[in-house]
Amino acid sequence: MANTLFGLLAEYEHPAALLRAAEKVRDAGYQKFDTYSPFPVHGMDDAMGLKPSKLGWIVFIHGLLGLTGALAMITFMAYFDYQVNISGKPYLNWPAFVPVTFELTVLLSAFGAVFGMFFLNGLPRHNHPLFNSEKFLRATDDKFFLCIESEDTLFAEEKAQKILTECGAIHIEKIYDND
Amino acid sequence: MSNNAFVPEQPLVKGNHNFSSITALISDIVEKPTPIGWYIAFGISNILLFVLLGSIGYLVWEGTGIWGLNNPVGWGWAIINFVWWVGIGHAGTLISAILFLFRQDWRTAINRFAEAMTIFAVICALVFPGIHVGRIWVAYYMFPIPNQMGMWPNFNSPLLWDVFAVSTYFTVSLLFWFVGLVPDFATLRDRVKSKIGRIIYGVFALGWRGANKQWQNYEKAYMILAGLATPLVLSVHTIVSFDFAVSIVPGWHTTIFPPYFVAGAVFSGFAMVLTLMIIARKIYGLSDIMTDDHIEKMNLVLMSTGSMVGFAYIMEFFIAWYGGVEYEKFAFINRATGSYAWAYWTMMTCNVISPQLFWVKKFRRNVTLTFILSIVVNIGMWFERFVITVTSLANDYLPSAWDYYSPTIFDISTYIGTFGLFFTFFLLFLRFMPMVAIAEIKMILPQANPHYYEEHQNDGHKQEVTETVKH
Repeated sequence: MANTLFGLLAEYEHPAALLRAAEKVRDAGYQKFDTYSPFPVHGMDDAMGLKPSKLGWIVFIHGLLGLTGALAMITFMAYFDYQVNISGKPYLNWPAFVPVTFELTVLLSAFGAVFGMFFLNGLPRHNHPLFNSEKFLRATDDKFFLCIESEDTLFAEEKAQKILTECGAIHIEKIYDND
Repeated sequence: MSNNAFVPEQPLVKGNHNFSSITALISDIVEKPTPIGWYIAFGISNILLFVLLGSIGYLVWEGTGIWGLNNPVGWGWAIINFVWWVGIGHAGTLISAILFLFRQDWRTAINRFAEAMTIFAVICALVFPGIHVGRIWVAYYMFPIPNQMGMWPNFNSPLLWDVFAVSTYFTVSLLFWFVGLVPDFATLRDRVKSKIGRIIYGVFALGWRGANKQWQNYEKAYMILAGLATPLVLSVHTIVSFDFAVSIVPGWHTTIFPPYFVAGAVFSGFAMVLTLMIIARKIYGLSDIMTDDHIEKMNLVLMSTGSMVGFAYIMEFFIAWYGGVEYEKFAFINRATGSYAWAYWTMMTCNVISPQLFWVKKFRRNVTLTFILSIVVNIGMWFERFVITVTSLANDYLPSAWDYYSPTIFDISTYIGTFGLFFTFFLLFLRFMPMVAIAEIKMILPQANPHYYEEHQNDGHKQEVTETVKH
């Protein structure tokens, strides 16, 4: 049971303090840090220096899959596999194929959006070192946290502690990964 | 007062709330002991649910002959109830998706609630196409699944489009709802005292930590889902209207049906949200979040969609005359004066005349009146579907083929039973899930905006902030 240090968790009073802290930590050159808040804080992506989410591409690819998949399915069923003459309508009756194609495009895109989001977020996940902190329970209620992870190449305990205090942390604790 | 004076927007959340009081207000409903009233309501709902299950059981045993269907009227209450329930569901998506895209922040108070209503209403709706097929054991013919005949569904048929539209709609609504719930499940996971509760909420929270790297993808997903759900909800009721409009039955074969059905769906759905909301906010003391301003805004939606529906009724009539087809003309004159005139005028009174009361501000803000009218509107919208379905079928082309349609006790018991299904689910939702989107409500509090603290700090701090800006 090696208790490795996961990171330093600092607590902040309100979103503005968290935002300023994130800017400072970003400017100090840290990469592996994250902020935790009960709701998305406006402007935090820039403050942390995050790249735009890749989710749009995942959804686009799924949507394309839905579109082509639906058309392939319908043409296979209605034209290649078993033709049925329905009141003399053409076997490849494109306008009639629009609704089902549209629905399947939306369905697959939505799958892409939801499951892609969970995938990018690393969820579902059974446990996380941060859940060892009692204080962190309030990250989903009314408190704001910033955690610099020990995996960051710049990470040095005293230095990290100093920068977190400088930008107004009201509480700092060490988080251990105990499994 | 100058000419440029404007009415300031009311605060979205009343009563000096902060982040933790919002959490407490909503989570307490789940954490506190179950109120007695809930058990009573749940018991009644369960009885009705058994009425539904009994009616369905007898239907499967005996066949659709137990319903009041006759030779010209092959579509009765089953399709009426289906369209009615699906229509009610649409308001949830309108609130959660379309109002989100339009940045209408007031929606956060009611979106969770309305989305839950959507899902349960669509479940009730799906009961009807499921059971009306008669031979329910071959209901899988509706889906493109290989079967012993080697045949595939007919992709020219609006009824098949409907299968895809409604099942996609249900799936996407459920996903959208769940995505919204994940951060709130995490809030409950971190709050509840009981171990079982922690485990169950923990499972559904999927390990959510509220990390900004997660929020970034989350917000993107939410926006994309709203963008997908918007055309989806419009397409669903459009396709439902195709069930009618693509046929050649007089009174059905009209191009106005898709927009008219969508407006009607939003109309009835908002009415249903109001009915449920007015009860829930009273019982659970949520008037700070679901304020009278919300009721007023929703009444404005009721008034405008009600007027759109009224316009469509009159326009249909006009086109029937202007189009010059005698069967069309007869169908509409017959609706207003024939043997179903009572249903037509019920529809007109409830849907067109009653929402006009909301032109008066005092009525819009009157909770009791709103509650009564919200029920009146849903009665009217049920009759709209009745008028469309039954009058056109009962008296179509050949008078020798006409017949009068009336429901049997089993039509009625199945319909009443779906309320049992709906409220069983809805009460479980109220009891065990956060009925207001906690994280989203916090976002619309003034304290959520980082700039709030610049304005509300003492001078020393203010200087510091301006310095950082200068850098």
